[in-house]
Amino acid sequence: MAEKRIRVIVAKPGLDGHDRGAKVVARALRDAGFEVIYTGLRQTPEQIVEAALSEDVNVVALSLLSGAHNTLFPKIVELLKAKGMGDVLVIGGGVIPDADIPGLKDAGVAAVFTPGTPTGDIVKFINEHVK
Amino acid sequence: MAYESLKEQIAAYNALCDEKSAKTPERQNLKYNRLYTPVDIEGFDYEKDLGMPGEFPYTRGVQPTMYRGRFWTMRMYAGFATAEESNKRYRYLIESGATGLSCAFDLPTQIGYDSDDIISEGEVGKVGVAIDSLKDMEILFDGIDLGKVSTSMTINAPASVLLAMYIAVAEKQGVPSTALMGTIQNDILKEYAARGTYIFPPKPSMRLITNIFEYCSQNVPKWNTISISGYHIREAGSTAAQEIAFTIADGIAYVEAALKAGLDVDTFAGRLSFFWNAHNNVLEEVAKFRASRRLWADIMKNRFGAKKPKSMMLRVHTQTAGSMLTAQQVDNNIVRVALQTAAAVMGGTQSLHTNSRDEALALPTEASVQVALRTQQIVAYESGLADVVDPLGGSYYVEAMTNAIYDEAAEYIKKIDEIGGAVVAIEKGYIQKEIQESAYKWQMEVESGLRTIVGVNKFQVEEKAPEGLLRVDSSVGVNQSKKTQEVRASRDQAACDAALAALKAGAADESVNLMPLILDAVKTYATLGEICNVLREVFGEYQAHATL
Repeated sequence: MAEKRIRVIVAKPGLDGHDRGAKVVARALRDAGFEVIYTGLRQTPEQIVEAALSEDVNVVALSLLSGAHNTLFPKIVELLKAKGMGDVLVIGGGVIPDADIPGLKDAGVAAVFTPGTPTGDIVKFINEHVK
Repeated sequence: MAYESLKEQIAAYNALCDEKSAKTPERQNLKYNRLYTPVDIEGFDYEKDLGMPGEFPYTRGVQPTMYRGRFWTMRMYAGFATAEESNKRYRYLIESGATGLSCAFDLPTQIGYDSDDIISEGEVGKVGVAIDSLKDMEILFDGIDLGKVSTSMTINAPASVLLAMYIAVAEKQGVPSTALMGTIQNDILKEYAARGTYIFPPKPSMRLITNIFEYCSQNVPKWNTISISGYHIREAGSTAAQEIAFTIADGIAYVEAALKAGLDVDTFAGRLSFFWNAHNNVLEEVAKFRASRRLWADIMKNRFGAKKPKSMMLRVHTQTAGSMLTAQQVDNNIVRVALQTAAAVMGGTQSLHTNSRDEALALPTEASVQVALRTQQIVAYESGLADVVDPLGGSYYVEAMTNAIYDEAAEYIKKIDEIGGAVVAIEKGYIQKEIQESAYKWQMEVESGLRTIVGVNKFQVEEKAPEGLLRVDSSVGVNQSKKTQEVRASRDQAACDAALAALKAGAADESVNLMPLILDAVKTYATLGEICNVLREVFGEYQAHATL
């Protein structure tokens, strides 16, 4: 029996409209063999968690360039836990200052990929960390 | 046959050159020779292709004397946190020699939500200043004479509301609307295609835009009623030719909408302006600016029968490419911005924003903004690039590239016409798909090493996290919400309700121009969110379909 493919939801929380990075990453993950769902813009934390649940994903990949990451990323992690999806790997990317990364990791974001990251690094991280 | 002996020499030259030593990244539909000669611009007709500066087809620039007359407007895009903070930054910029203002609004403002709306959580004051009511606008421009400064506002879906607030603040300062100078971005089509701050569906959005064209032609005649923007299309990953093609296709859609609403082309076309990106490839960018002017002039004259020269001129604001800034070795960005500035100036821009070195990490600090502004001043005063008009005109390479970009863009526009125009092409996802393809291709070129980004995929160093980045405190959201609640509590509620009811009735009647009703509403301190909610009830909201 073939191994089940890793399922990833690429999501844009908040009001940010910058989706170049999210779309490029989504496509690179798909080309790497993952099942990828892209939410589109302006998703509330509740909508993202709902979609993650119904799509039964292994990974939630969040993209945000507006500076609202400290508010929205931890909220999504909390909601996932509340829905019994605490084992889902949450990763993030965007314009995120280094100083904010430790706080996001403490909140349960497994990794934060900042500008200039090769998409291959994200693929590798997912492969190594999805349980 | 022309250039027979030259063609033989070129063939011999090509045979001598080793292909491997002269490779370039593959470039879509643009031929890159090693060497450009008269052969590459055979049939070149100076009077038809270039003409004099300030004359049709404006390839060489929209003014006869260009920067000999005066430099471009040095306009730095700024705004963050509260109106008080941003007002301070504007005054600092004016003192530093900036010659125009450019307002950045936060995302809730751009999408028509008040700061205390639940959806605004975490976003208030982050990417720009939060404006909820006329009160905020009064503070934003406190001590700044709106009769003297020209102000550009990056606002699209609720552009009518912010423009109304600006007019109302000016009125309080004693400045009549006829004296106001500035620009609203007001370009909804590129929001659907590339930038994302849409509210309403295309049809009522186009109505709001034509309402503004009409209102301003009578009441705010010096205002640029739209800034048709390629900047964000390029930032989303398009090529240079796609940037001008999709933007000019949007421009065609706005002109058609206004004509359909019964306006005469020469009453509004002179107030249309454009917004280009200044990207890394200097000479390609210069060619893009030149090609775009010729293309727009041809379209306005031949397709729309414009008679006034102003209606045919593509006047452009430029911003250096934010997406080309690297988070690695941030000081390198100063050099990138200097080259991009050179491109915009040699391309003949009317105004320019230069990005700051630290913007791949956060909003820029005051010190970084100063370097960015100084970059423009050095190019203006020291480099000599502003001394002559269209300095690259006549270069075999730049003329050939100008023709190539013109042709590629014209081809795209033809294709979009066949699809049914820009609105349909966006609704079908055609334009988004083309942009995404280019963005992915670029990323793969970087990852394969075919395209070098210094400090990112070559010449990397270990470095410490940069310090002293600008941070917007989360208390901004709380305080701003409180301020707006106070405004709601202290206004004449009956007057506010009546103005909003009148706006709602007007919105339901397509023949009504909504600008006067919106102006009435903002004067009662109805908030941006309240006004947009009334319009949402009548117009509905745009539902984007995400494609990969």
